Amino acid sequence: MSRWIIGHLWLICAVPLAAALAILSLPNSRHKSAATLAVAGQIAALVMSFLAFLPTLQTPGFRVVQNFTWFAFGDNALQLGWLLDPLAAVMLTMITLVGLCIFIFSTGYMAGDKNFVRFFAYLSFFSGAMLGVVISNSLLLLFICWELVGLASYLLIGFWIERPSAAAAAKKAFITTRIGDMGFFVGLLWLYGRSGTLLFYNGGNGCLEGAGLAMVGASATSIALLIFCGAVGKSGQFPLHVWLPDAMEGPTPVSALIHAATMVAAGVFLVARVYPIFSLGAIEGVTSSLTVVVWIGVTTALMAALIAIAQADIKRILAYSTVSQLGLMMVSLGVGGVAAGMMHLLAHGFFKALLFLGAGSVIHGCRGEQDIRRMGGLRRLTPITFSTYAIGMMALSGVPLFFSGGWTKEEILHVTGKWPVSRLPYYLLMIGVVLTALYMTRQIIYVFFGDRRTGSQNAHESPRVMTMPLIVLASCAVLFSIVLTPAWPWLHDYLTDQSAQFEFARLIQPTLFLSLVLVGGGFALGIWMYRKAGIQDRARPAETDPLEFTQPGLFRFLENKMWIDELYVRTVIAFSWTSARFSDWMDRSFWDRLARGLGGIGQLFGIFTAGVDERGINAGIDETTIGTRGLGRLISGAHSGQIQTYLGVIAIGVLALLLFYAWLA
Amino acid sequence: MTLTLQVVLVVSAALFSTGLLAALSRRHAIFILIGIEMMLAAANLNFIAFWRFSPQSQPPVGVMIAIFSIAISAAEAAVGLALVIAVYRHYGTTNVDHLDQLKG
Repeated sequence: MSRWIIGHLWLICAVPLAAALAILSLPNSRHKSAATLAVAGQIAALVMSFLAFLPTLQTPGFRVVQNFTWFAFGDNALQLGWLLDPLAAVMLTMITLVGLCIFIFSTGYMAGDKNFVRFFAYLSFFSGAMLGVVISNSLLLLFICWELVGLASYLLIGFWIERPSAAAAAKKAFITTRIGDMGFFVGLLWLYGRSGTLLFYNGGNGCLEGAGLAMVGASATSIALLIFCGAVGKSGQFPLHVWLPDAMEGPTPVSALIHAATMVAAGVFLVARVYPIFSLGAIEGVTSSLTVVVWIGVTTALMAALIAIAQADIKRILAYSTVSQLGLMMVSLGVGGVAAGMMHLLAHGFFKALLFLGAGSVIHGCRGEQDIRRMGGLRRLTPITFSTYAIGMMALSGVPLFFSGGWTKEEILHVTGKWPVSRLPYYLLMIGVVLTALYMTRQIIYVFFGDRRTGSQNAHESPRVMTMPLIVLASCAVLFSIVLTPAWPWLHDYLTDQSAQFEFARLIQPTLFLSLVLVGGGFALGIWMYRKAGIQDRARPAETDPLEFTQPGLFRFLENKMWIDELYVRTVIAFSWTSARFSDWMDRSFWDRLARGLGGIGQLFGIFTAGVDERGINAGIDETTIGTRGLGRLISGAHSGQIQTYLGVIAIGVLALLLFYAWLA
Repeated sequence: MTLTLQVVLVVSAALFSTGLLAALSRRHAIFILIGIEMMLAAANLNFIAFWRFSPQSQPPVGVMIAIFSIAISAAEAAVGLALVIAVYRHYGTTNVDHLDQLKG
């Protein structure tokens, strides 16, 4: 069975795509069939992913490729292919497992939406495309699937098309990521120009293998940075992060699946996939492209964590948290910890999907309320949501020992601390960890503790179909840590092609205490700052943030997302507007007039030739025909039809001839 | 008065002129046919006369040709008369002044 699926890897992404097509052909009222088809497609993908995952466990460094020729031109042939290696296998398993939970959650969350069928068609389509990204063995095929997930993201952010803000957010997401993809595409072409192939692995001739890399040579830095542009756009890194928080306009399961667990992590996955290009010619594991990755990641991680502190929308806080965590993964990749970054990606996929689904459950319970300042006291009303959310929150904050996020964060801090270029990212990431604990404490206090406020007066727990996926994901977030501990670093060694050894003594590391202090500090700071946040107080208006009360200027700065959107409006968009206006003006007043002038010359020439035609050529021909006609009339007059006249004329003619001959003689 | 070539030619010329006059002046198609026959007879007379007064006037030669010519003119007269009858049936007249459909 496993061997069969390895031979037919394409099926893993084809099955959800086929399900999407089948759902699209359903009438709009068949809610049940649509949900069944989508979930069945996802279960099939999960089973196939698991079957594909099993053989990769047996041998370290397992890798299977299936290449095929797409089309041939001249002597060249463009080859695409499928790839199964540890990196792809763990991603497959994570995406399909999280995806299945979210699909099931959606059947409850979206029940009653009039476009239920369309939603599941899009969701299945996304799932298929995302699995395609993971198992591509060709940068081109990866790019195709990459654009397809972008399309799915666009369709799902703008799912509630009747909301203008959703339509605007969908456009913003699509255009912003397209800016990055532009760079990605140029990098892809450049890579093809240098190495002549876009296959990753092809028996030693792929662009990530010895011969291909040798041909890339000195262009590697530029190519890597261009490809990184695509990752920056997709993974919401600074300066293209602005679309991701706005993408929260989509339904919450979409935010969980696409904008937290899978698609936005595709950028990190991409960097991990083409890592040999980034690290080509590295000295002590440092190249200029990787240094750029580190600094972009650090900036993003810290900036997004700061902004998250001052947001009021429950989903926006999580969105900024996602941006921040993706930055953390980028740092890890940049300093050489590919395995650590991927481990955090996988763990993050579980707990962030959990948090988003929990947020969805809260919003569902509060009947659409998203502002955390109007919630409160949900701890008793929604116990399952509260407990699972708390687990997700602790995993995200990085509480050591029991939660997956703790181990992966520790690992990232560990590798960042060893970066030879600078110690600064290490310290900045530590601040980021504190901030993460702080904003998550704030959120939990606002939503689940304190007094019930306007939005949460009649809140209720969600149905089982929604709480079950929460419980499954919460257990994943905890149990996943079994394969992450330094005592038995199975996932780390699996990703780095080693076989894991169990050694209990490694469990206690210095970083364990460090992160314990950092996370504990963050929690303490949060509890101290927001201890009265959810309680009605006479000294301060009920819905004012404590930070806003004490530091209004700082709060305003963070609440408005550091005015980056406004900056873009004033610069990039203003420039774009101005150049569009200028082009419009050029078009109307210069090119238009030029064209009209040229047209006028043509018109004048036309009038002239028309005159020549009318007066000269036409008149001449007319005269000729009139003359011919007159002559014809004249000659035809001789034909009187009188036979005797003819005879007489003949007689006179003969007589004249006779007289002429007589005169001659 | 001896019968000389000149006398015969004068007679023949007179006959031809009479025929031509008839063909040109009469309006009835049959009279025109008669005029034509007269012109043909004048031509036959000329032919016989030139033969008779030629240095080699052996009997059958000239006469044979004249007889042929007469036979042909008979056939021509038959065709001509048939035409006249057809014209009459078609137009209801034999007046050639009215038969001007070939007018240009």
